[in-house]
Amino acid sequence: MHKEYLMGNEAIAIGALAAGVNFAAGYPGTPSTEVLETVAARNPGNVYVEWSVNEKAAMEAAAGASYAGARTLVTMKQVGLNVACDPLMSLEYIGIKGGMVIMTADDPGPISSQTEQDTRTFAMFSKVPVFDPSSVEEAFLMIQEAFDFSEEWKTPVLFRATTRVDHGYESIAVPEPSEYRTHRWEGFMKDASRWVIFPKLSVINHAKIEERNAALSAQLSEYSRNFILPASGTYSTAEAGKRKAVATHGINYTYVCDVFAGADRPEILRVGVPFPFPEQLALTFLRGKDEILCVEELDPVIERGLLHVCGKYHLDVRIRGKLSQDAPLSGENDVDRVGGMLAAFFENNALLAPTPSLPEAPPLPVRPPVLCAGCPHRASFYAVKQAMKGEKTFYGGDIGCYTLGNAQPLDMCDTCLCMGAGINIAQGIGRMEPDTKCFAFVGDSTFFASGITGVINAVYNQADLTLIVLDNSTTAMTGHQPHPGTGRTAMGQLVERVSIEKVLRGIGLTFVETVDPLHLAAAIDTVRRSAAQPGVKAIIFRSPCAAIARSRKRAEVDTDACIGCKKCIRELGCPALIPDGEKATIDTSLCTGCMLCAQICPKNAIALADI
Amino acid sequence: MQSQKEVSIVLCGVGGQGTILASRLIADAAMDKGMHVRSAETIGMAQRGGCVFTNLRLGKDIATPRIGRGKADLLIAFEPAEALRMLPYLKEGGSAVVSAQPIMPVSAMVGMMPYHKEEILDYLRKNVPGLTLVDSKRAEQELGSAKCLNVVLLGAAVRSGALGLTEADILGAIRRRLPEKLHALNERALSFTA
Repeated sequence: MHKEYLMGNEAIAIGALAAGVNFAAGYPGTPSTEVLETVAARNPGNVYVEWSVNEKAAMEAAAGASYAGARTLVTMKQVGLNVACDPLMSLEYIGIKGGMVIMTADDPGPISSQTEQDTRTFAMFSKVPVFDPSSVEEAFLMIQEAFDFSEEWKTPVLFRATTRVDHGYESIAVPEPSEYRTHRWEGFMKDASRWVIFPKLSVINHAKIEERNAALSAQLSEYSRNFILPASGTYSTAEAGKRKAVATHGINYTYVCDVFAGADRPEILRVGVPFPFPEQLALTFLRGKDEILCVEELDPVIERGLLHVCGKYHLDVRIRGKLSQDAPLSGENDVDRVGGMLAAFFENNALLAPTPSLPEAPPLPVRPPVLCAGCPHRASFYAVKQAMKGEKTFYGGDIGCYTLGNAQPLDMCDTCLCMGAGINIAQGIGRMEPDTKCFAFVGDSTFFASGITGVINAVYNQADLTLIVLDNSTTAMTGHQPHPGTGRTAMGQLVERVSIEKVLRGIGLTFVETVDPLHLAAAIDTVRRSAAQPGVKAIIFRSPCAAIARSRKRAEVDTDACIGCKKCIRELGCPALIPDGEKATIDTSLCTGCMLCAQICPKNAIALADI
Repeated sequence: MQSQKEVSIVLCGVGGQGTILASRLIADAAMDKGMHVRSAETIGMAQRGGCVFTNLRLGKDIATPRIGRGKADLLIAFEPAEALRMLPYLKEGGSAVVSAQPIMPVSAMVGMMPYHKEEILDYLRKNVPGLTLVDSKRAEQELGSAKCLNVVLLGAAVRSGALGLTEADILGAIRRRLPEKLHALNERALSFTA
């Protein structure tokens, strides 16, 4: 054992390795990505690791390995579970052999996601048990227990952590690779009565699942990570009629503890496995209480669980939380928000955060994230915008760095829904508004993840649109993971690239052109030619991600030639282009010398700098 | 082990400025002294030029990596407007180390919204008794690099006394975490005073 300062996601990965995981697959997505990256980076040599094309593929591949008896890990962000929902729902009916842990990262806030969905609710829907750790250290320990649990009960298990655990850090003790457990698998045993899902089998297995989950509820009441923390001081001697306590989970448990740090503390029910709900433990907790405050993020899962127990056992306990509007219904909690909820519940203002005595501050600038300086997506968006000036257009956006193309001054993202959706949204808009030139922007990784079926649908159904593939040869937003178009795998193998052009031509597109968007005139010309043709056309704007290419080139402004029109600043919104009095100037620490600005300067005042 | 003081630090700035490395160096140095370290930080979309922060807490008996309002002992801000955004987290009498060089958001550069540079700096000077404003422009000129702003700010944080770590502690962490060719530059950055 040794101590390391680890990110929650790294600790989860090391926990999986320590549990003898044999097979790991996932699709990148904040805040989950570092789990699979760490399994790959710390692979002791005997673990198969893959970045799958999407979450559904990851879960199905892992299911196969698990059928063979291997211990498997699947990683994704919470919305990825929507993509993997189909295999998950059926897999729970079929069951597994080797322990299978599905790690999903939930994102209260949301900080980097489309939705505030709660994997705990998904667990109830799919009937799959779910683990919910409170800290980096607990995540490391809990995932090892989750593997044993999965194997013992022959069910996949969900292991969900939220952003503050996934992206939290803690100095914790972890084993050396030589101390990792070795899990041997016996291989796949053919048995059609077990592995082939048919209605007849489903009805039998459905009953078994319900019986098992009832049994699990009893067992999980004894599980050490579902526990009651006793009250201290005045809270333990509170007079009858004022018996109040708190129920909580995940990172919120640490917020509750922080609010009461160094002071007397009420009784706390900490739920580490919210489904199947530990009913007996909840009953023990509720007996003799008057009121409970549920401190939760996302859905009121514990709150509903406690209400259910109160109803079932005729308990006269008032359960407060989101459903009673004693807690905010959306958004992320923090120490202060939880302090406010606790102060109101216990009628104790000492639990509130101190309010600093500061005078009113001057207004602060908003600072939304932006496309990086030198990002080729900026050039792609600008080229389409210029080519389509004066036309009625629709720009379908998608999920990735290029969603940032929505910001001013580019304003090139009219819709964004979910991975791959932009293509068929453009199809639907075009069908209802035939006078509109429709474009769908999709990244290279997103194209492979869920864009291809959309293109086939558009072609088959005679759509009229231009597909723009923004190919920067990486999965940029999540930190540069490889994908089928890069010719590299998670294990560092060099493989044949899957060609986006060939895929599109195979589908039947005849207009498939590849252009470097940083060659602005050529890019604009290609867009115009595409828009003039009917049917489904595709342009691949190919230029490497600026954060990977790490260009040493820089542009500079000839201040004598610059007339101060600021067209470059106004039209491109590049963070390296800065107004300096009347003129434009370039922040050389950010500039990559992409020279997009030089191509739009009416006075040719921008040139490559000599370095 | 001798019991050490608990320290809560908020680091903040703009995505890409190096706040994450600064928090790693503090964590390394604190762990070297046998301290338990917890932190929470912004990773993801905001790293593309948005507001980023790290909560860093040193000490065994701390329940959570997050820091509540008015509870931070030290604020290390890589940008003045971001310092002001996070100021409510600094405790009464806490120390703040702030880079005086603004980073204009694109929204300000394209003229959608003003950036009140002088008002922001004035406000910090008037309302933060424990303030060290770091002339990062001069640091960049004298050190010949903008890349070591994080270590320049760490040096000022050490000298504020609120970090509970010494220059030697941070230097040890720099030598272990950074490639050798960067050691000399970062040693000079650590002792830079504005």
